[in-house]
Amino acid sequence: MCLAVPGKVTEIKGKTAIVEIMGVLREASLELLEDVKVGDYVILHAGCAIEKLDEAEALKTIELFKELKDIYHE
Amino acid sequence: MNNYLDPYRDTGLLHLWAERLQKYQGKPLKLMEVCGTHTMAIARYGIRTLLPERIRLVSGPGCPVCVTPSYYINSAVALARRPETIVATFGDLMRIPGDEGSLLEAKSLGADIRVLYSPLDALKIARDNPERQVVLLSVGFETTTPIFALAIDKASQEGLNNFTVLSANKTMPEVLKVLAGDPTVGIDGYLYPGHVSAIIGTRFYEELAEKYGVPGVVAGFEPLDILTAVAALSEICNEGRHTVRNLYTRVVKPEGNPRAVQAMERVFEPADAVWRGIGRISGSGLAIREEYARYDAWKVFDLQIGEYSEPEGCRCGEILKGTKSPGDCPLFGTRCVPENPVGACMVSSEGTCAAHYKYGGIR
Amino acid sequence: MTERITLAHGSGGKLTHQLIGRIFYPHFANDILQTGDDAAKLPVPAGTLAYTTDSFVITPLFFKGGDIGKLSVCGTVNDLATSGARPLALSCGFIIEEGFEISRLERIVSSMAETARSCGVRIVTGDTKVVPKGAADQLFINTSGIGIIPDGCHISASRAKPGDVVIVTGMIGDHGAAILLEREELHIAADIASDCAPLHYLVARVLADVPDIHVLRDPTRGGLASTLHEIALQSDTGILIWEKDIPVRPEVQGICELLGMDPLYLANEGKMVMVVPQENAGKVMEILQSDPLGKDSRIIGQVIREPAKRVLLETVTGAKRIVEMMTGDQLPRIC
Repeated sequence: MCLAVPGKVTEIKGKTAIVEIMGVLREASLELLEDVKVGDYVILHAGCAIEKLDEAEALKTIELFKELKDIYHE
Repeated sequence: MNNYLDPYRDTGLLHLWAERLQKYQGKPLKLMEVCGTHTMAIARYGIRTLLPERIRLVSGPGCPVCVTPSYYINSAVALARRPETIVATFGDLMRIPGDEGSLLEAKSLGADIRVLYSPLDALKIARDNPERQVVLLSVGFETTTPIFALAIDKASQEGLNNFTVLSANKTMPEVLKVLAGDPTVGIDGYLYPGHVSAIIGTRFYEELAEKYGVPGVVAGFEPLDILTAVAALSEICNEGRHTVRNLYTRVVKPEGNPRAVQAMERVFEPADAVWRGIGRISGSGLAIREEYARYDAWKVFDLQIGEYSEPEGCRCGEILKGTKSPGDCPLFGTRCVPENPVGACMVSSEGTCAAHYKYGGIR
Repeated sequence: MTERITLAHGSGGKLTHQLIGRIFYPHFANDILQTGDDAAKLPVPAGTLAYTTDSFVITPLFFKGGDIGKLSVCGTVNDLATSGARPLALSCGFIIEEGFEISRLERIVSSMAETARSCGVRIVTGDTKVVPKGAADQLFINTSGIGIIPDGCHISASRAKPGDVVIVTGMIGDHGAAILLEREELHIAADIASDCAPLHYLVARVLADVPDIHVLRDPTRGGLASTLHEIALQSDTGILIWEKDIPVRPEVQGICELLGMDPLYLANEGKMVMVVPQENAGKVMEILQSDPLGKDSRIIGQVIREPAKRVLLETVTGAKRIVEMMTGDQLPRIC
């Protein structure tokens, strides 16, 4: 029920953006978010950006996943 | 390639995690995921075959299409059959069987049914076809409902008079409470749906953990997200902690997306709902508010909500609660198959039984 | 000449002859066709005859990367190529809906002719029928094709053996994705074109150096998954493929991520699946990758003894799962 993908905002016109996912372009509503800028990454679901992707957190998460593997299930 | 997908599909890291999970020596656990997209991802990546015997991952009622009672499809098909109607729907609903066939079958008999990617695209169909009645089928949880709310709000602002929404949207909190509070279900921990959580936040899960002693981990949808979440959740359960951990911080904030929640609450209000396979759960559904009644297809077309009962032999209720597996159902794979589904769990491609049938693990 | 096809164009009288004379003969131009007999007469070289038929009902008729005409020639030629045959000649029958624009018909016929020329084949016989409005969706094309299989060439979907290597000649899903994008109601844009192409020269090059190929199949409707299933069933073996090795264009991957679809089930119109004995795999890959139509070739899996008649996928996690047979066309999903 949550099929959504991270995409890059390439253009903004009012409350609508063009989001790009691996070369694929789709118009998306930005009405559920504030302060979205071109270049931001958003989570795209059913033609609407439902959240911004926090790129710093994304990097931290990968590092965390790498570390956790050494801690869990010893 | 996409930098925000590939690292979570890194083969090397995935193999290492799979090895780690196999080493689990704690107590036997029953973990439940409650999101159709998790069900699909778990099946698609063969995640279950990587888990040790002691960690059982069951699929709960997370597929909004599966838990929609058949009278919804009957109403949708009936509306589709009217020559002036255009029915706009997600692809997920097309193959669900109703008493008079599915939407796909209705389409093959000439009904004007259009598969959309976004509810917002239905507005364009309404604008482009002023002499037709556009009915948008609205099924989903909190990830999708705000978008239907936006569509209805826009229709209202534009003063569209040929656009209605047939809604059967539901919310997660009540059903999570029901399952957490049911000792026969016996869930040790929840794998929480990343995108629903992006909307509603994580505070409710903390309340559940405190009140019912059921911990949880908020998980994303890539294979690495799921494996790490299962590992983290089994650690938490094994240690008897009643905590909630968010491992999808790149998208989920504790407060969620208040704007999306507001959008949802502006148009929809809580209502009772019938969950196919489970029954009526009070306050677990959403209905279109009175101010938007002219966009409510149930009212505009004066549709009757039918009686509902489970087919004979169907074990969906127990499968949705995770107390039985697809293989336990006498109809699975024989009378009940994806091309001819009998119950809720087989109807959608992400339903527990459909995913199990389609992807069937190889040990 | 009228602008649109009418029922009279199909009734065998004056208008039919006008249509043939003004559209079909000039474009398909060849002696055999233009004798105007009901049956084509051509000398048949020695060898085993390969004989195939196909029908084309695609919409839209014109799409990025091709049209129904080009598709019909490539599809037929490729079917012949899967038995190792050198294509000789094609037939084509048109079933046209009343009201169809003649200029569009001419575009399609011209495209067929051009494609046939580039393939070194002739369209030697044909037929035209017109049906009332609503009895056909604009235009249907039926073809048949004959070719000659060289001596000693035994290629069949039943010949896969455990230990054989499974190769695909390029990125999968392009055609299916391109057609999907033509569905304007999805409002999605991407630079994807159908991969529609004739592969008989590529196949001939491979067979010239490596005659011992076990299976050739083109993964059209139902995609790679369906073709692998056919091979597994006919050969009574299993097939194991590795997710990380399956070549998919980023844009096709993007569409699949967005719509919840699986590239394994998307149609291809310019790709071959080859099952070859392991010792020949290296040489086959070398030949394929040196050709523009095979430059993205990949080894994607192997034939296994058990479980027979099944296709398995090893996912990026290392876990194996079954690839199911498709039941009905894939639909975009949001859940």
